[in-house]
Amino acid sequence: MLDKNGIAKRIAKEVQDGYYVNLGIGIPTLVANFVRDDIEVEFQSENGVLGMGPFPFEGEEDADIINAGKQTITTLDGASFFDSATSFSMIRGKHVDLTILGAMEVAENGDIANWKIPGRMVKGMGGAMDLVASAENIIVAMMHTNKRGESKLLKSCSLPLTGVNCVKKIVTNLAVLEVTGDGFKLLERAPDVTVEAIQKATEGNLIIEGDIPEMVI
Amino acid sequence: MINKKVDNIQQALKGVEDNMTLMLGGFGLCGIPENAIAELVKRNVKGLKCISNNAGVDDFGLGLLLQGKQIDKMTSSYVGENDEFERQMLSGDLEVELIPQGTLAERCRAAQAGFPAFYTPAGYGTEVAEGKETRAFNGKMYVLEHAFDADFAFVKAWKGDSAGNLVFKGTARNFNPNMCGAAKITVAEVEELVPVGALDPNEIHIPGIFVQRIFQGENYEKRIEQRTVRKRD
Repeated sequence: MLDKNGIAKRIAKEVQDGYYVNLGIGIPTLVANFVRDDIEVEFQSENGVLGMGPFPFEGEEDADIINAGKQTITTLDGASFFDSATSFSMIRGKHVDLTILGAMEVAENGDIANWKIPGRMVKGMGGAMDLVASAENIIVAMMHTNKRGESKLLKSCSLPLTGVNCVKKIVTNLAVLEVTGDGFKLLERAPDVTVEAIQKATEGNLIIEGDIPEMVI
Repeated sequence: MINKKVDNIQQALKGVEDNMTLMLGGFGLCGIPENAIAELVKRNVKGLKCISNNAGVDDFGLGLLLQGKQIDKMTSSYVGENDEFERQMLSGDLEVELIPQGTLAERCRAAQAGFPAFYTPAGYGTEVAEGKETRAFNGKMYVLEHAFDADFAFVKAWKGDSAGNLVFKGTARNFNPNMCGAAKITVAEVEELVPVGALDPNEIHIPGIFVQRIFQGENYEKRIEQRTVRKRD
């Protein structure tokens, strides 16, 4: 089974040379730490920066330079700042190649819910609805089950939706899955995780074809 | 040059009244119009309808207006950092319109640019699209969203001149440029008010035509919400 860093490490392998990538808050943010350093990738943050660098050294934090999670960051040579409308032109206009975000639920048709639990948690969608409505390549990074042990890969979402028919791939602590429209096609299993364990943790239709290889991380 | 400079915060907020609709720039606490917010608190104007990406934190930014129950309605995309906000929203004291962040930015920009409405794919098939016109273009579904209609826009820039030209710094830019000229009156506060001619015309982010009043801001706190650092090796 993978921990959060393991999930991020596996997703980092999906990032290709020349990609502009938007990372959501949580596990997706960790992906930046594991991208190969022999490829050129630029990270976009929807609050208005392209070319995000690592966190600043202590004492060098700048209140005017933050990411979408409101964390202090640095920028790399070649970075740019822009306004929010321009930022979402990049997103809706499909100029961002890969979007990685977290989710509370994903349905077997690619629907995603990650912004609201009615009556309990209403933080808002931030940029998630714009991202999922437009991105061609969306990977969801999440734990396979919630804190109560219930599957997050469902036949249909029970929570208010963030977007419809949009998730293409999911990487969890147990598996890598492709969203096919008919169900979750199992591509890889995490180290020391059996197909049976994945089946047990998946409420939606799990498609298993042939031998399922173990992830190489 | 047409002079937009006002001498103090009182003049800058002249005409602000109860029940008005206000736009306020900023992302989290980054790039918020701190001086304008402090003056709104001081004047204790009530029944405000605020358009701002976030709602501040409990004791800073728009959180200060929430504490004084000065806001009747918030239009935002994310409000996760403010317990008082969540309390007022869940209890029904505060009306909240949560909309996608890109839609919020574009509804500002549409107001600035003279577009009454636009179609966006964001929110299609979700509760955000409920009751709104939808339409297919090239086989994909879009939602009709309308330009904002606000009385005042309060923005914060890094530098500005008395002609109203503005330059922003880092990610403190965010919604500020999109709100300039998107309300009946745009009020810009700046960290550094420079003489006309001191800014390079090539490097101005917002031309003064979008700004009606500009003033030298004071005592910026610029709070950091999530101070994240790395260790030196």
